[in-house]
Amino acid sequence: MKRMQTEILVIGGGATGAGVAWDAALRGFRTVLVEKRDLTHGTTGRYHGLLHSGARYVLKDVDSAVECNSENRILRRTHTHCIEDTGGFFVVTPEDEDDYPDRFAAACRRLNIPCTEIPTVSALRREPLLNPRISRVFELADAAADSFLATHATAQAARQAGALLLPYHEVTGLHLSGGDGNRAVSGATVLDAVSGENLRIEADLVINAAGAWSGKVAALAGIDVRMILGKGVMLATNRRLTNTVINRCKMPSDGDILVPIHTVSVIGTTDEQVADPENLPIEQWEVDLMLTEGDKLVPGLSSCRILRAWAGVRPLYQEPPTPEEPAHSRNASRSTQLHEQESPQESRDATRALALLDHQQRDGVSGFLTITGGKWTTFRLMAESAVDAACAQLSVSRPCRTAETTVPGVEQGHYWLGHRLNEIEEEELQTELICECELVTRSMLEGAAQRNPTVTLDDLRRDVRLGMGPCQGGFCTYRAVGILHEMRAADNPPVAGEWEVAHMQSPAHHHNDGSVAEDADNSPASSPSHTLVPNAPQRSAAIDPQAELSEPNLLLRDFLQERWKGVTPILWGQQLRQERLDELIYLSILNADHLPVDDRESPLSSFYRSNS
Amino acid sequence: MQTVSLNSVGMTLDACIKCNICTSYCPVSEVTDSFPGPKYAAPQSERFREIGLPLSEAAADPNSGAPGAGHSPDASVDYCSGCRVCNEVCPTGVRIAEINARARARMVATQGLSLRNRLLGRNELMGRAGSFAPGLANFILHNPLSRRLAAVLFGVAAKAPLPRWHHETLNRWLARTRAQRLRSERKVVYFHGCATQYYEPFVGIAAILVLEHLGYEVVVPPQNCCGLPMLSNGEFGAAEGYHRRNVASLADYVRAGYPILGTSTSCTLTLKEEAPELLDLEDDAGSQSLKFATWDIFEWLRDGLDQGQLPSDLRPLNRTEQPFILPYHAPCQLRAHRIGKPALDVLARIPGLDLRESHARCCGIAGTYGYKTEKYQIAMDVGAELFDYVAAQAEESDSVAAGSVSFTACDSETCRWQLEHGTGLPSLHPIELLAASYGLYDLQARRPADGN
Repeated sequence: MKRMQTEILVIGGGATGAGVAWDAALRGFRTVLVEKRDLTHGTTGRYHGLLHSGARYVLKDVDSAVECNSENRILRRTHTHCIEDTGGFFVVTPEDEDDYPDRFAAACRRLNIPCTEIPTVSALRREPLLNPRISRVFELADAAADSFLATHATAQAARQAGALLLPYHEVTGLHLSGGDGNRAVSGATVLDAVSGENLRIEADLVINAAGAWSGKVAALAGIDVRMILGKGVMLATNRRLTNTVINRCKMPSDGDILVPIHTVSVIGTTDEQVADPENLPIEQWEVDLMLTEGDKLVPGLSSCRILRAWAGVRPLYQEPPTPEEPAHSRNASRSTQLHEQESPQESRDATRALALLDHQQRDGVSGFLTITGGKWTTFRLMAESAVDAACAQLSVSRPCRTAETTVPGVEQGHYWLGHRLNEIEEEELQTELICECELVTRSMLEGAAQRNPTVTLDDLRRDVRLGMGPCQGGFCTYRAVGILHEMRAADNPPVAGEWEVAHMQSPAHHHNDGSVAEDADNSPASSPSHTLVPNAPQRSAAIDPQAELSEPNLLLRDFLQERWKGVTPILWGQQLRQERLDELIYLSILNADHLPVDDRESPLSSFYRSNS
Repeated sequence: MQTVSLNSVGMTLDACIKCNICTSYCPVSEVTDSFPGPKYAAPQSERFREIGLPLSEAAADPNSGAPGAGHSPDASVDYCSGCRVCNEVCPTGVRIAEINARARARMVATQGLSLRNRLLGRNELMGRAGSFAPGLANFILHNPLSRRLAAVLFGVAAKAPLPRWHHETLNRWLARTRAQRLRSERKVVYFHGCATQYYEPFVGIAAILVLEHLGYEVVVPPQNCCGLPMLSNGEFGAAEGYHRRNVASLADYVRAGYPILGTSTSCTLTLKEEAPELLDLEDDAGSQSLKFATWDIFEWLRDGLDQGQLPSDLRPLNRTEQPFILPYHAPCQLRAHRIGKPALDVLARIPGLDLRESHARCCGIAGTYGYKTEKYQIAMDVGAELFDYVAAQAEESDSVAAGSVSFTACDSETCRWQLEHGTGLPSLHPIELLAASYGLYDLQARRPADGN
């Protein structure tokens, strides 16, 4: 078994895990991150894209509101290009209660969250599709955030600071040492999902940032962490309906947020407690509810083309109140109020504030921390809290630097909707388009495939938005498979150096860049070395030399199935017509359901087969 | 500023299934790389344009510092000629050409309008100015030096087929012949359009003669440009003003139930559909009433034909026994009416007329498009399909027995000028042929048979 030694091992490659790796590496810790799938495969990659101003929680969850408010300001600096400065409206519809808006505005003032009431006419001028019957509008600093790009940018910042990130490495066991009273976690065994090899990682400290999977990871150390898993269902419209984030000005509930993210608007969400983060069925009532509630924000939303439905799962955590409170860690560093409350029965009522579990204090197991709860908006703060606690356990004092450090790419300024189209136009790349809906060029695809582990096409989707548009992979899947196959057949040597993610969504940059990474010097010479540094991108070059024929077929089948999974809950009207055409292309012309795949499975196969 | 609702044309992009049929039919993207094609420009790019832009000052102000401020993300949409072939072939009903027109208007709103495009949009103004001294105007506009100057200074293509002012406007002819005009209880309103008023009054005269032959009094109320040239050049604000004035001046006639007939398929299309749709006037009562009262003249005549009301005294156009071979091109703007090809249906009644329908997609000129220096060659390349067709009919008909080709016919004025430019043959409006067949009109001289 291969072995590796590090100071801090981070489990989970979502926003939080990447943030922890970034923070720890910046503080000079040798850091390794393992993620069982691709980065952002979990909740991070399945959220609506809302960068909270905090206002949503001012009357329900003060801790979360305060955290969101300050993190919103920080992330605009540290992750500028991952954020579109849409602004947010909190609107009072005829159905919303009378006194909430005033209490809301007062609470914003009290918590120092900038909130301006604006005339409804000017709101309607800015957002002509908004419900004309709204009576009041408050403007806040909500924004839209690209969680795929932000996590990749954070991950690259972590790598530049010396961290090693290992996607497709699943933790199969935690190493426990010591007996009662001085038990400690000293590392983990991880399974390389691609090569099938096990890797033993020794670590001074393990940080569990597995989000909704945190309970499962903690269980490997025999520790009981009862996550409240709140499933949220979201629908994406075929195009943007507003350019501003729209919130209902009322107690947070189902279907009261409309987020313009990239080319679509996302209406969300539901909040249903589930037992298993892998099993997230989308119920008909949830789809119906999103449409009904969406109509209250944008009348007619329900008759617009809906592209897709998906579900994410919130990793909520609320410490059960127990008589031996002192033996347990605090829920969050500055959370006090909710401790006196009853443990919530519904996930909607569970706090969104972050939860740091120091298992030394809580369970008598040292070398192991769990960071969970929180929002995407607060991922940096979660990382800071976790690494602060790590410093305390390791008895070192190293201040957090993430709030003042920018990730690669911020010099591009805030994202704007026309950015890709503008670059395609200026560089005249129209004939290079592979995914026409989302304007993904051939060089973007090749750049991503060469420099980021690409096990399935879904990984490329998260990197460059392949197949995320109206045809849901109808026209780009076969093209992308052909390109990947060509690249693998050519047996290209892996590209040296870091994957420059700062411009991974930029058609012009990739085009000018050619296919050669010139950013090898991004890794600081002083980067702490690891005992073993597997070349992650290399694995993408040839996953299995025995399977040259079945490989492209598998890529094609699994991506189509994954896309199909999100379409089935909304299969009516325009999207049904689209799927009928896609069906003719793949099933009638290409006979795709009879492609030989030698009974092979990809990590994506089980995902679309699960009832989620 | 454009209004946006879920009924706006932009929303029809939801119907796009990415099938590429529009791209494979687009006559423009076939001949130039400057236009990436209708699917790319409309349903695809529209998803990357913010709804209702420029609605906020920040978005329109290039100095605001906001990313993307001050410019639309794409410029190639300006190479859409607006021929609407895409709309015609789209199996799912995406209003592609209209989405492009609105995108262009957003560009104009943020970047301003060139003097050239402002002038091309104001053909009514040009027409009126020149009509005071048509001879002088023709001399000034049509001498090679001024054409070269216009090309260099304004970007108006030197070779493009600009029309010539007629020595007498339609209104002056009407005033001069007032005593001869038919008075009747049965009335129709004639919408002549700018080209008929100033450049081709004979088309209007032919229409009036035919309508009077049918027993209708023809009312020609004050009217102005339909606004299409401004709509095509992205000047929506001005276009709306023109359209609303037409709605107001025609309102009484619409209320009285008079049909509004036009010989210019582009003007009638604008009244029927383009203006209300592009300007989001679907809820404007006046605009809607006018929409349903407006007819292409042959659409209305065909109705009469179907009801047996069309006089049957149609005579052959040739005095000889030879068939009169007539290549006919149904202009894009007529096809956009989605009324079939009524001129063909009616002209088919003319004895001895050998109608040859071109099936070419577009003549290329597309209103003001082919007049622009950077687009002139594109327009000519697009039109080649049609010019070749006409040439083939002429060649084929060389044998004495088959007759000769001495005219082409087309319902739209700029298309006729482009046809003449591309083929060297005079191009007629079908109403001139019908008037001639009724013995009311002299095809060669293009004036009433009685010389008036």
